[in-house]
Amino acid sequence: MKMPAPDPALIARQGEIVRALRRIVPGEGVIGDRDGLIPFQSDGLSAYRQQPLAVVLPETVEQVSAVLAWCQANGVKVVPRGAGTSLSGGALPLADGVILGMARFNRILEIDLANRCAVVQPGVTNLAITGAVEADGFYYAPDPSSQIACTIGGNVAENSGGVHCLKYGLTTNNLLGCEIVLMSGEVVRLGGKGFDAAGYDLLGVVTGSEGLLGVVTEVTVRLLARPETARAMLLGFASVEAAGACVGDVIAAGVIPAGMEMMDNPAIRAAEAFVGAGYPVDCAALLIVELDGPEAECAELSAQVEGLARARGATTIRVSSNDAERLTFWAGRKAAFPAVGRISPDYYCMDGTIPRRELPHVLTRISEMAAQYGLGVANVFHAGDGNLHPLILYDADQPGQLEAAEAFGADILKLCVAVGGVLTGEHGVGVEKRDLMGEMFNETDLACQQRVKCAFDPDLLLNPGKVFPRLHRCAELGRVHVHRGAVAFPDLPRF
Amino acid sequence: MLDLAARIETPKSAAEVAEIVASGRPLEVVGGATKRTIGAVRGAEALVSLAGLARVIDYAPEELVLTAQPGVTLATLEKLVASQGQMLPFEPPHLGKLLGAPAKLFGGKATLGGTLAANLSGPRRIRAGAARDHLLGFEAVTGRGELVKAGGRVVKNVTGYDLSKLMAGSWGTLAVMTEVTIKVLPAPRCETTLMLFGLDDARAGRAMAQAMNAPMEVSGAAHLPQAVAASAPLKAEMAVTALRLEGFEASVAARGEALSGLLREFGRAERLEGELSAGFWAQVREVEAFRKDPRPLWRVSVPPASGWRVGAGSGSTLHDWAGGLVWLATEAPAAAVRAEARALGGHATLYRGEGPAFEPLAGTLAALTARVKAAFDPDGRLNPGRFAEA
Repeated sequence: MKMPAPDPALIARQGEIVRALRRIVPGEGVIGDRDGLIPFQSDGLSAYRQQPLAVVLPETVEQVSAVLAWCQANGVKVVPRGAGTSLSGGALPLADGVILGMARFNRILEIDLANRCAVVQPGVTNLAITGAVEADGFYYAPDPSSQIACTIGGNVAENSGGVHCLKYGLTTNNLLGCEIVLMSGEVVRLGGKGFDAAGYDLLGVVTGSEGLLGVVTEVTVRLLARPETARAMLLGFASVEAAGACVGDVIAAGVIPAGMEMMDNPAIRAAEAFVGAGYPVDCAALLIVELDGPEAECAELSAQVEGLARARGATTIRVSSNDAERLTFWAGRKAAFPAVGRISPDYYCMDGTIPRRELPHVLTRISEMAAQYGLGVANVFHAGDGNLHPLILYDADQPGQLEAAEAFGADILKLCVAVGGVLTGEHGVGVEKRDLMGEMFNETDLACQQRVKCAFDPDLLLNPGKVFPRLHRCAELGRVHVHRGAVAFPDLPRF
Repeated sequence: MLDLAARIETPKSAAEVAEIVASGRPLEVVGGATKRTIGAVRGAEALVSLAGLARVIDYAPEELVLTAQPGVTLATLEKLVASQGQMLPFEPPHLGKLLGAPAKLFGGKATLGGTLAANLSGPRRIRAGAARDHLLGFEAVTGRGELVKAGGRVVKNVTGYDLSKLMAGSWGTLAVMTEVTIKVLPAPRCETTLMLFGLDDARAGRAMAQAMNAPMEVSGAAHLPQAVAASAPLKAEMAVTALRLEGFEASVAARGEALSGLLREFGRAERLEGELSAGFWAQVREVEAFRKDPRPLWRVSVPPASGWRVGAGSGSTLHDWAGGLVWLATEAPAAAVRAEARALGGHATLYRGEGPAFEPLAGTLAALTARVKAAFDPDGRLNPGRFAEA
């Protein structure tokens, strides 16, 4: 993975930069020593590591603004970071850049049940929002598997999903407003507590912008009333095709489950060995279907889904009889990544989305490719919305295996695009899929996106080297007309 | 607004749209021209009608996605998805009758492109999300004359910036959409509406909040004060507060019982079922009560709990989105309407009447907005004058 060449002059100024940051954030809010920086070297995509110049942990919006303004004035790059759980390297440091950690913004500012929203600081964890409102019968719907650790600010940056987004949407569908600080240090409020705001939907474009447009300093999220009942079903099938067909049948019957997950046999075995969720380890594919709503609805729909599963020859059908059992059904799925981590020294998680009808074809191709690369693979799949998470098993200590895993992953994502899907459903582009952006977008498309970047951060100092395969200076983007999507910047550096 | 006798372009392909935009003339862009009077365009030299781009390109009911050209009418799409037991979840209003759209020149029918460009959503917005939440991807010609695409054709995607959100609600000032992919959902099997009568606006606001704060999956929450409820077509004798439940029969029945009990303090709830319920919500969606009202008509968006305060004493109101959307017919000066909306944490748009339609922005947000506009349309070719900043 190539990053933009670091500027040696900036690295030479490390001491001065740390001193300047300390003037803005006094006390222990600036880390500049070698040992202190080690925990910040990587995020959830741990295959890539880089020591940053410094880490700054501001506590107030004024400090964030001052840090960014100083960095802009001094040409210092900034990488924003929440809890560092990104799976695409969104918070991977730069050798000549500062990490702006938002962990200290950890307060819930307001719970406004009359408007069904909560105003929180960005360092609050996803799960803590639900924790703060569950006694009142509410919850925050998006639930990425890392929800115990990941922060809402990071969720906004990545437009995080989760197992319930088939019915309840991604982060972007559950936000009402946020406050961001631009690289210039200017503070902007986008949205509020109403359903829409005046002007362009800048909240919508900031959400999922992977920390390239602004630093989130406050978030207003929509709260939902907790459904009366939730029931999970475990449906085991003798073939992936049968499981995939069952998913299609459920949707065709007009049922949108709260969650509909699929695991293949290697993933089932790994999860079962790890948490003992009671999964049938001999089936080829397992569906976990969660239905929520009033008891009458759950009863009706679970009977309906059971019938559909039976018609597709399900070999196992279990329906949770209480909440503890429901959570046990989920435990294996939610722990699938660490479970796979136990059976392989390293794993590499992909995140493409495909049209669901392509599932059997794509899984067949993935197993062929696995054989070709000589690497194992376990598949977990948000089956309802077509979001595939192949986990490629490798050993970084074996020469060449990381590179093979990367190449295998790239092939999987190219396949996703080729069948009408996309590179990433919920983990983000980051550095991981950056160089594959050309599979989905031509130069004109990318230039259009980068001009939006220029509107927010004209000096390209905020999280550079992520998302876009090439850096274009904003003046050039403003001038050049890209003709028919052809490469128009032959002289610009690639990385 | 452009003189209709001036040149009208009707491109038949994205390439033709690109050619027209590349010519450099300031352009007014219309679908069915139903919302043309909102934030009137000034100084356009030609009008681009998207009536020639009206094909449904791909509809995969089992994938919950539909790809179409922007000129396809909402009516056509609604019929198509209904034939597969599905719906446009955001329940878009058509507004042609409310805004008195001229049927002669452009057909007078709301299109998919116009609906998305205006980010228009109906009563189900409180449960299913807005138009912006359903635009998954698009292809468009920017004000630079470049054909670009963003987003995708699958329901879950975070690849690149979510430019679909920018397109929704940009009122044609950034790019001319030539193809869009939207998310569709299964239509509910049945619906019922609980109606409470005679509540004043504040109590109605509380009743709606109480319903929304319970796990009832309310998919419509509207309040028609007495004066508005009395007007055509409803002609009720008292204020009406309505709550809609949709879904599977057993679930709707159970929630109907529970919700009636929950709202007992607000009086006995009457029921509207099936077609009658659907007809009532169509009236709310199309703001029928104000169709013949001569006063300027405002769309006020505020935090839902403040909805009942909007326009108090100065005009007539119709409350949708549990209070989050208030239609206000008033002779009050624009500055007063806007100031009130701002004070309540919202904004007001003039949908019918003389004067600027959109809330003016200020400070850093205005400057940022102008830079975003320039990123797409540096010469200000698309719908000039529609937004103050763009």
